[in-house]
Amino acid sequence: MSSTSDQGRRDFLKKAAAATTTVTLAPGVVLHTLQAQAEPRTTPVTDKVRWGMLIDTSKCVEGCNDCVEACDQENGLDLVNKPEGADDALWERQRPQWIRHVKLKDNMTGRITNLVMMCQHCEFPPCVDVCPTGASFKRADGIVMVDRHICIGCRYCMMACPYKARSFIHADVAEKLTRAPRGKGCVESCNFCVHRLDNGQTTTACQDACKHQAIVFGDLKDPDSPVSKALKAYPSVQIRDDLKLNTGVRYTNI
Amino acid sequence: MKKVHFSEWGLESPRYWGLLALMAVIVAIGGAAAWYMEHNGHWVTGMTNQIVWGTPHVFAIFLIVAASGALNTASIGSVFEKKLYKPLARLSGLLAITLLMGGLAVLVLDLGKPDRLLVAMTHYNFKSIFAWNIFLYTGFMAVVAVYLWFMMDRRFNKHYRPVGILAFVWRIILTTGTGSIFGFIVARQGYDAAILAPMFVIMSFAYGLAIYILVLMFTYKIDGRELGDKVLFRLKNLLGVFAAAVFYFTLVYHITNLYGTENHEYEAFILLNGGIYTFLFWVGWVFVGCLLPMALVYHPTIGKTRGGIIAAAVSVILGGLATVYVIVIGGQAFPMAMFPGKTIVASGFFDGVNGQPFLYSPSLPEVLLGIGGMALVLLLTFVAIRVLQFLPVSLADEVVDPHHAKS
Repeated sequence: MSSTSDQGRRDFLKKAAAATTTVTLAPGVVLHTLQAQAEPRTTPVTDKVRWGMLIDTSKCVEGCNDCVEACDQENGLDLVNKPEGADDALWERQRPQWIRHVKLKDNMTGRITNLVMMCQHCEFPPCVDVCPTGASFKRADGIVMVDRHICIGCRYCMMACPYKARSFIHADVAEKLTRAPRGKGCVESCNFCVHRLDNGQTTTACQDACKHQAIVFGDLKDPDSPVSKALKAYPSVQIRDDLKLNTGVRYTNI
Repeated sequence: MKKVHFSEWGLESPRYWGLLALMAVIVAIGGAAAWYMEHNGHWVTGMTNQIVWGTPHVFAIFLIVAASGALNTASIGSVFEKKLYKPLARLSGLLAITLLMGGLAVLVLDLGKPDRLLVAMTHYNFKSIFAWNIFLYTGFMAVVAVYLWFMMDRRFNKHYRPVGILAFVWRIILTTGTGSIFGFIVARQGYDAAILAPMFVIMSFAYGLAIYILVLMFTYKIDGRELGDKVLFRLKNLLGVFAAAVFYFTLVYHITNLYGTENHEYEAFILLNGGIYTFLFWVGWVFVGCLLPMALVYHPTIGKTRGGIIAAAVSVILGGLATVYVIVIGGQAFPMAMFPGKTIVASGFFDGVNGQPFLYSPSLPEVLLGIGGMALVLLLTFVAIRVLQFLPVSLADEVVDPHHAKS
């Protein structure tokens, strides 16, 4: 599916949605999915909001991959197929991934910690510092992302990211989602499901998928947001806090 | 000193065109490799989301660093006014430009989006040393081109020293900038060190001079020109000094690292248990790149033979490629220290589980692209010396002897 045909489909859906928001499949069975959110965002992003996340490692469960799968589906990463002829093991190291499960063992005590890693949405992101064209940028609301129109694929941001959060698109992508376009030769990473936030939603796919409530997301500048309350209630850390990057993603119980 | 005359490379046509055709074929193979990688995407290379810069970067950085070093002989002549070096300046400036072109070609062809080169030239983030390097590289070519013009055009001859000084300062900044690409990376254990910038400068001295010596010897030998021991011995002694200086910086870099406990694991990786990287460090970087050339050029008999000098220069180049490989690939292969005091025992995205380094094996197209870049350097150089007067007719001892000039 190309993005052009996707656009066509969206127009169609918009018209269809105008006509009816529900489709009756059979008596009593109604499909509620035909809702088109086609209007582009009209208000600029402001710095009155800073999106952030708290990950409670004591709730993150070994063997659970729900958030990773939800992210893959939400952002179309599951549509990136292994090219024909590619080596399985090599492709595993080349395919893009935005969020990952990591299991740690304390060297002294042997204590096990489970957590998820993704772009930490730094206030002072090294990836933005090193990007020659400015493609890697930080929005006013704290989201760090890549402008795919001016990314030249130099991968310097991947060299500079202390969290290994970025992926390079190593192959052509036949199918992609309108909300998450991608092309061979550009770099990308977690953007806190920016398409959701820009359409008025306030959750990320990984948070919604986490049945253990290990992920709390919200506005760090709003003292009443769940994430602010949780951060206030529990001690938390930043990963690599020695770099003083003031990350938007924090962890408890590491 | 007698007046030095310059002339075009007078190689007879069949040999010249044959040589050019050979270089063109290697360049074409490199170009085909680049096309293959760009057409398919980087999955056909050995590069991954862990090792993001591969073999093309090793060649590109080596050539770019060598480019600024190739200007050595010109700088010694015009900035420091050593008469012996003045006849050597034209070839020196030419190689500085062609090496940079070769290196940049490889670098650009390895971009994810080489077609967006125009974007790189219209969108700048001036906090990025990469963005600065775009200006430093193109500016360097422009400055050296003017330098050559003033050197070769009698009307501007008297003005060429200021331009030479500018070129000298520019090249120091350029290599500092290239070293800073790594020096500024706070995320990785092997980088984030200010010493990388001056170390790259000194590496450039050695690599550039080694290439210069080989090109000089080859072009003179094949064209039947005389290259006296005075010039050659001076250059090879200088090469020995530069190899020693690289060795010194290597020592300081690693000993400084060894002092801090936080770097012990990285140092153990490079010096003791890093497999190919440890091998390339000791055998390539230290022995072939530094100790062997020093032994060769200062050996009382071997150091005075042409074969010994060629071996020393080749040794510096091979050792230099190993050095850049260890810095670029080895620095990425070592897992990032995200969780001090903890070991990653499982990861869904290759985080160096149990401290294991990231895997990388160079693919053939990557190597071919790099070699193509090297052939491009020679191709451009051979064309230039054929059409313009870059080479002194003779560098025989009586022509260049500074004592002769003083009397």
